Amino acid sequence: MIALDVAGLAKTYPGPGGVEAVRDLTFQVGRGELVCVVGPSGAGKTTLLRCVAGLLDLSGGRISLDGTPVTGPPAGMAVVFQEYGRSLFPWLTVRKNVELPLKEKGLAKAARTAKVDAALESVGLLESAGAHPWQLSGGMQQRVAIARAVAYEPSVLLMDEPFAAVDAQTRADLEDLVRELWQRLAVTILFVTHDIDESVYLGQRVLVLSNRPTVILEDVPVDLPEHRDQLATRSSPEFARIRTHVYELVQLAKKGGRPDPE
Amino acid sequence: MTRTRTAALGLLGLALLVAGTEALPRLNVVDRRFLPPFSSMTVALARQLRGAEFWTALAETLRGWALGLAVAMAAGIAVGVVIGSVPFLRAVTASTIEFLRPIPSVALIPLVVLIYGSRPQSALVLVVYAAFWQVLVQVLYGVADVDPVVRDTARSYRFSRRTIVRTVVWPTAMPYVVTGFRLAASVALILEVTAELIIGVPGLGRSIGVAQSSGAVPQTYALVLVVGLIGVAVNVATRSVERRALRWHISVRRDL
Amino acid sequence: MTPRRVLAALGLPVVLIALWWLVSASSTSFFWPPLSTIVRAFPQTWTADPILHDVLPSLARLTTGYLVALVAGVAAGTAIGSSPTLRALCEPALEFLRAIPPPVLIPVIALFAGYTGATSKVVTIALGCLWPILLNTVEGVRSLDEVLRDTARSYRLGRVATLRQVVLRGASPRIATGARQALSIGVILMVISELFGADRGLGAAIVQFQRGFAIPQMWTGIILLGLLGVALSGLFRLVEHRSLAWYRGLRQSERGM
Repeated sequence: MIALDVAGLAKTYPGPGGVEAVRDLTFQVGRGELVCVVGPSGAGKTTLLRCVAGLLDLSGGRISLDGTPVTGPPAGMAVVFQEYGRSLFPWLTVRKNVELPLKEKGLAKAARTAKVDAALESVGLLESAGAHPWQLSGGMQQRVAIARAVAYEPSVLLMDEPFAAVDAQTRADLEDLVRELWQRLAVTILFVTHDIDESVYLGQRVLVLSNRPTVILEDVPVDLPEHRDQLATRSSPEFARIRTHVYELVQLAKKGGRPDPE
Repeated sequence: MTRTRTAALGLLGLALLVAGTEALPRLNVVDRRFLPPFSSMTVALARQLRGAEFWTALAETLRGWALGLAVAMAAGIAVGVVIGSVPFLRAVTASTIEFLRPIPSVALIPLVVLIYGSRPQSALVLVVYAAFWQVLVQVLYGVADVDPVVRDTARSYRFSRRTIVRTVVWPTAMPYVVTGFRLAASVALILEVTAELIIGVPGLGRSIGVAQSSGAVPQTYALVLVVGLIGVAVNVATRSVERRALRWHISVRRDL
Repeated sequence: MTPRRVLAALGLPVVLIALWWLVSASSTSFFWPPLSTIVRAFPQTWTADPILHDVLPSLARLTTGYLVALVAGVAAGTAIGSSPTLRALCEPALEFLRAIPPPVLIPVIALFAGYTGATSKVVTIALGCLWPILLNTVEGVRSLDEVLRDTARSYRLGRVATLRQVVLRGASPRIATGARQALSIGVILMVISELFGADRGLGAAIVQFQRGFAIPQMWTGIILLGLLGVALSGLFRLVEHRSLAWYRGLRQSERGM
């Protein structure tokens, strides 16, 4: 079952001469998969994500979510942004923040409360439900953003370098949280990151992007066990092998490498 | 949006405003007696500019404004630095300031009329009273913003109080003083013109009142335009001064 | 509140009032009657009738004009602030219009309809209060965080919901600044509009006392006006305090970092 189908995605930014950011991105994400996207800086990772999220218009190509073409922000998709501090509404409590998209969906009060509680429980922040986001630490704020996305019960969860602005310790905890939520809730995740180790640790596949104008350099399968652990997995030889491969690909991308013609 | 586009749109907006003011009376959508066409306003203005009366009035308005502003700045800075630097004074005067500040200066108009009539001193009192609070509040913010570490360092080196004020307090407070200057300049203009209009202190405000009560409609509007332009000039000038002062301040702070 | 704080808050005012009382007690000056005389004149001057027919109408005109300005200013400001094109178009024109000192509008309005009715005064107050609210709303809406807007869009918040929940709430600190400035302008215009073409009102009453050389009564009017200004300002702060508590917390946490 294909959850997300991206065919020939292209994006050129307007301006003198036009800036071709993305030339051709074609890939699919199956239902329940966790796919990571890495690439050199400026490779268009965020452009890709914003296009898939329906926040940015395409210059070419087609995106389908569960078979339906994406023309604007589709129902059934939730985004977790990098800047958690700016994506949570500071005038609402944690609970109200998580509840807001559900209100828009039109759920009844009782159903909303149940889902909000479950989501906050799953990220371990049920006791902070009455606090305001700015009263919490950075890692906790990002958890709230994740809880909000989870409560929405999306078909596909998009995460745009969500842990880039968080300290290393917290990042490790949040990575494990994402994997745990993914396995428990069977949600499909497209995870964009610049951190190569993170992409291999999290994903079932890693899409490596070239630099501008962006195409997919390689779709790397990650053949690591289902259960992953920060210490054991990261020191396993298989992890090192995949990681080195992705690292080499990214270095190649930085120098302007292109995929081998089929 | 590019800067040229923004500027072009802005000019278009102004042009539309002028065009509307020209067209509406001519098309009798608005009665000519209430709103004359823009062209007749400019004609009346040109006539004004040729007479000496206008220039005298303009000078009187500007003088009253500048004098009141200067007094308010001096008093506001002096009082603000003193109160702000002494915690005891700050605590004790806080409630009084909070109480006196919202009192509208126009409440003083009847009193001031009794004492000074329509002499420029009336306007001076009103202008200074209103502008003083703007400056004082900003100076207090500025003095409070002084980095305690920097101040303690100066004190541990046994700088005299004068030196501390000069080298620590003043540079920190200066951008706030400039902001206070901007706010006070605008308030001072409003009060000066108000005093002229209501009390009859010599100046453009009085000219407007006279023009209106004698039925010289285009003239009234012409003078209103002039006052508006002066206001714009004051706002633009003070805002650019403020921006420059703040830029300097931020870069200095970063180097620290 | 600890006794120390109460003392600090009340100390200077009490001292000043006492000084005023003592210094003016033996005064024979015409303009500066003894404070005791003024205080005694208070209940005689402001009986039920003047309160009903002077103070309340003034307040009613102020409230009406202010509310009109608030609604119109927020509505127009939101529309203008949401569109870069509209903003560029309107900004210079608005800059000019707001630079005209509000009292100067009075003769202009007087040209239209004379200045005796209540309408002209309400219009004056509304026009004067409009600009700070309008301009601050534009700024508040314009500077709304992009990430907040993207979040609202990605969760498919409808237009109305986005407006109410995101745009207006996000811009509310700026709007509050404008509303506060507008309040002081409104009080000023409330008084001045009555000085210009008075029927009945607080400002009108004070002027009548002044013209009739009823000095202690004039002073009671001035003091009452001052108290009114303070009371309105205090009321505004109370409302602002409660509805913008989140903003204060946010700024504090930012500064802590």
